Amino acid sequence: MGRVLRRSLMASLLDVRDLHVSYPSAAGGYPALAGVNFCVGRGETLGVLGESGSGKSTLAATLLRLLPAGGTIDSGQILLDGVDVLKMSPRELRELRGKRLSLISQEPSLALHPTMRVGEQVGEVLRSHEARGAAGRRERVRDILGRVFPDDAGRITSRYAHELSGGQRQRVLIAQAIACEPVLLVADEPTASLDPSTQHEILSLFRQLQRDLRIGVVFITHNPALLLNFAERVLVLYGGKVVECGPTKNVLLAPQHPYTRALLRCVPAFEGAQARGRKAALPIIGGVAPNLAVLTKGCVFEPRCADRMEVCLTREPRRVALDARHEAACLKFGE
Amino acid sequence: MNERNGTEPLLRVEKLTKRYERQGRLWRGESVLALDCVSLAIRAGTTLALVGESGSGKSTLALCLALLERPTSGGIWFKERDLTALGDREQRGIRGQVQMIFQDPAAALNPRWSVAEIVREPLVVQGQGSRREREDRAIAVLKQAGLAAELATRRPGELSGGQRQRVAIARALVLAPKLLILDEVLSALDCSVQAQIVNLLLELQRSLGLTYLFITHDLAMAAHVGDEIAVLERGRLVEQGAVEQIMQKPQHQATRNLLGSTPRMIASGALKQEL
Repeated sequence: MGRVLRRSLMASLLDVRDLHVSYPSAAGGYPALAGVNFCVGRGETLGVLGESGSGKSTLAATLLRLLPAGGTIDSGQILLDGVDVLKMSPRELRELRGKRLSLISQEPSLALHPTMRVGEQVGEVLRSHEARGAAGRRERVRDILGRVFPDDAGRITSRYAHELSGGQRQRVLIAQAIACEPVLLVADEPTASLDPSTQHEILSLFRQLQRDLRIGVVFITHNPALLLNFAERVLVLYGGKVVECGPTKNVLLAPQHPYTRALLRCVPAFEGAQARGRKAALPIIGGVAPNLAVLTKGCVFEPRCADRMEVCLTREPRRVALDARHEAACLKFGE
Repeated sequence: MNERNGTEPLLRVEKLTKRYERQGRLWRGESVLALDCVSLAIRAGTTLALVGESGSGKSTLALCLALLERPTSGGIWFKERDLTALGDREQRGIRGQVQMIFQDPAAALNPRWSVAEIVREPLVVQGQGSRREREDRAIAVLKQAGLAAELATRRPGELSGGQRQRVAIARALVLAPKLLILDEVLSALDCSVQAQIVNLLLELQRSLGLTYLFITHDLAMAAHVGDEIAVLERGRLVEQGAVEQIMQKPQHQATRNLLGSTPRMIASGALKQEL
């Protein structure tokens, strides 16, 4: 399972191994993540593609040990530079979060303090992690804000969150996240509430920071189109499991797993609109998202799968290497 | 398309302007021009996709057309009647024919009401039908929206995002409207659910002859569902035309910017051929 990939990325920055996370339910707990494995290299962007209920937000929260009450990490390892985040004490976690591992959340308006100026909010991250004097902090804040607002950092520093646009707020969150030069950024749908041109700008900013600072990024989204020119590799989550993983071009342009193929067909063609016939029905994935509270023996996508076989009912697929870097968990490809 | 697709527009907007006065002593006298002399028309039975960045005035236009905001000046001609000239009481009669569906169904549905109560409320407000008839009508439109009658007793919190948006669609259909204003109705949904809702909307348009104003910032989706595309920029309508024309020969810089920043995942054609 993931053997090929693991060997090739021995010196991974992040190595997640067999992660199991569950939430309580009347029936005694349902698995939100069921055996997730993946790696992120230093300075690499991994796109995590998943729909509601796939476990993508649980994954983001678990990486920082910020699961909501009730969520339990049942087993697995999250190795950041070889150290298991799951074994860290609360004090070690405080040291970790914001300093080596940062989270950028979906709603920038909720994540910012309403009565603190932008400069103070970015400075606060530094104050809790670095022993700089006030003057040193101010200088560093100016430096960081200059990176995310090349044109008007000075003006933004003294603003309050409500005076900023959605894109500007997201830039402030990015400034906070990179203030202590972390090695890994976890971004959970950071552009979901933005319009396309702002989205575009924020993605370019991510790319640039990542190049300049060599930050690894786990970029979680439900929108495959965002990942195409952005992520180096893509991991597809469905029902708490990794169903496909590989280089972005392979996964998005030549998808192999039946779920990935069905999902990408749902997205309307752009110039291809005439080819498909404008206003024609889009292909859909039949059925509904899986009910994880009901334990199934077989493949979690089987009820909705166009290629299902009898064996899919009883045997759980494992990830199979399709080539050196591309893997899919489907019995079509052997066991 | 069909016989409804005549030359007469169902909706014609002329020189619509909306100015918001800023509140508070500090801002006295200052105002924001949200819509600046916007003119457009939608033919019956067709879809006009309205695109533009945040703050371009898309939602203000939607609210004016749905009679939820009074424009500062200009006219909204619906079936050759100027809606802006109508009083509150007369507007009420029009509301049944012009319905709006919002972006976030979780926020647009009362969490304490059952699905049946939500869907029949417009009939209660408009004083249509007996209790029995209202209940039957509610079940009928739920079916049209692709929801099983068993869901009628559920509350919105017990439904998925896609099911909630279907409830919002059923509520909009219950008064048998002519024009639906769809304000970013897909953007809170997953890709696979978006496809299901789009298919439902296309199907309803075919079977009921509905006319849509489809507001979105997803140009690929606009090109798929629209007959025409209109582009708003800072309150001004900068371009309107047939989908093919806008996509292939965009005239205005704002349109070209939107086209340029839309992630073109399938533009390469690689995926389409492979699938």
